[in-house]
Amino acid sequence: MNAATQETVIELRNIRTQFGATVVHDGLDLDVYRGEVLGVVGGSGTGKSVLLRTICGLLRPASGSVKVLGTDMLRADDAARRAIEARWGVMFQDGALFSSLTVRENVEVPLGAVEGLDPRIRSALADLKISMAGLPYRAGDNYPSELSGGMRKRAGLARALARDPEIVFLDEPTAGLDPIGASAFDELIRGLSRSMGLTVFLVTHDLDTLHATCDRIAVLAERRVLVTGTMQEMLDVDHPWVNEYFHGPRARAAIAASRPGHEAD
Amino acid sequence: MQNSPRSVARIKVDLAGPLVHAEISGSLGFESVSRVHAQLVALPDDRPLRIDLAQVTHLDTAGAWALCTLRQRIEAAGQHVELVGLDARAADVVETVAMALPEAQERKTRHLSLADRLEALGRGVASGAGYLVALTNYLGLFVAGLAQAVFHPRRFRLTALVHHCQEVGLKAVPIVSVMAFLIGVVLAFQGSAQLRQFGAEVFVVDLIAVSILRELGILLTAIIVAGRTASAFTAAIGSMKMREEIDAMRTLGIDPAAALIVPRILALLLMLPILGLIANVAGLVGGALMSWVELGISPAMFRIRLVENTDVSHLIVGMVKAPVFALIIGIIGCHAGMMVKSNAESLGAMTSSAVVAAIFAVIVADALFSVFFAQVGL
Repeated sequence: MNAATQETVIELRNIRTQFGATVVHDGLDLDVYRGEVLGVVGGSGTGKSVLLRTICGLLRPASGSVKVLGTDMLRADDAARRAIEARWGVMFQDGALFSSLTVRENVEVPLGAVEGLDPRIRSALADLKISMAGLPYRAGDNYPSELSGGMRKRAGLARALARDPEIVFLDEPTAGLDPIGASAFDELIRGLSRSMGLTVFLVTHDLDTLHATCDRIAVLAERRVLVTGTMQEMLDVDHPWVNEYFHGPRARAAIAASRPGHEAD
Repeated sequence: MQNSPRSVARIKVDLAGPLVHAEISGSLGFESVSRVHAQLVALPDDRPLRIDLAQVTHLDTAGAWALCTLRQRIEAAGQHVELVGLDARAADVVETVAMALPEAQERKTRHLSLADRLEALGRGVASGAGYLVALTNYLGLFVAGLAQAVFHPRRFRLTALVHHCQEVGLKAVPIVSVMAFLIGVVLAFQGSAQLRQFGAEVFVVDLIAVSILRELGILLTAIIVAGRTASAFTAAIGSMKMREEIDAMRTLGIDPAAALIVPRILALLLMLPILGLIANVAGLVGGALMSWVELGISPAMFRIRLVENTDVSHLIVGMVKAPVFALIIGIIGCHAGMMVKSNAESLGAMTSSAVVAAIFAVIVADALFSVFFAQVGL
């Protein structure tokens, strides 16, 4: 992919985040382009989730600029920020579904902001999103506590997708799933990003997910984005952590498993 | 795309001819889908349909849903639907939606018949009975655990018992004594106002002594303890249940009943009578103070009337209830804790229901005691 010709949808410049005396990010720059699936990796405590929360506006960085879809999120007024927020969806690690609502009602929550939407159509659209996220139709009647962890993640994805967002943020989408469920989730993300033209920003530990879904990988280390590039480019990076991560036994297994698919690209 | 001004979707329908021809233009998305859908539903399904979408500026999943449900309906009637003029992206969206569209379904509307209501009532009664059985079960667990502690004193968790005695007893002393003191003040104040009308002010001492020693001292203490301690038991055991600590204990060969339930209920059993006694004293002090201020009955006078006129049986009647209340509160609290499931909602629900059940049960037990003592003539 030629990055120069692509439209930048998320632009982070010189981000500095700190909690008390602990500096999590310092001088962090990152670009995310329209239609790509970007995977963010890094060791524990390098602030992957913090980065996601910074972009979503849940955390305010100490300095720097966060531009999403052309709007400077840290300086925009409330109305402008809300307009942008309506154009993205976030899936939290365990789904973060509202426990007092059924799955269908959860997915209907973002749709409630659409004016003039017939309640019956809203509920039918929620069913559609539930089904698009790979849940059985009947799951809509269940409460989150009645679902398994994997189903809760899918329900969380359905809620994130409810309003046809342009950007989807996924926090550890495959953590805690069995390998079959995880690879099904990978395919789902890949398929949705292709067919709907979604930009996906995903934080993961899962090497298989990186191989199967991501166009580009950003490595967080030393409090910044150390390097970005395709899987293949990662293999040539000369940095101890990156080297160990992408050349470890698990990485080799994942590369071997995905090789036929990658050559077709 | 989505923040462009909402261009209204328009539909032109041509019903003449063997083929229904519809032409949609404008933005077909969340904002317009309700209206578009209403119009599409009105299209006849007795002829093939051709929809021209070349003028559609924006199509999202909501618009695609409207098209796909239309296609599903017409094709179910045996006619053909043709969508023309879609660009590649829109075609992708329509295809994704068509793949995901649930089969045409009827949402089941729940209708409660008389039999259903009867069934629900029956289930409610049965689960109520089951609850009482479960509480009896926990009483048995406690007694068995206590017996084990007697025969194997080394296995008994003395440290846990002392800790819970401090939590349940010592830390409750301030609230219980202040509460009882104020109740004594209120009784003296209200009693004196009434008794003064008959010139029988001095009987306020009997009023305070009997009502506090027999009923109010221990009952209100039990209610406070039910609120404080039943909830604490449920929350502590429930959060251990949530984090699978109870299961871990079982796999390590530790009996959760012996480790968690016995020290807690035993601590309550030891502490509640003491708290009740403290409440009695505080209540009498409050009453004496108010009698002095309001009626001029000196503390010495109060003491003489109290000792001469109040039978010790009132104190016994009050204190006999304490261990029973303690058992009720402890068992309900521990049982609710063990009933917590693996989610946070059930922890909250069980905690509040434990408090309500414990207070209610304490009051019911107190009423039964009153009837019993009245029959016995104490």
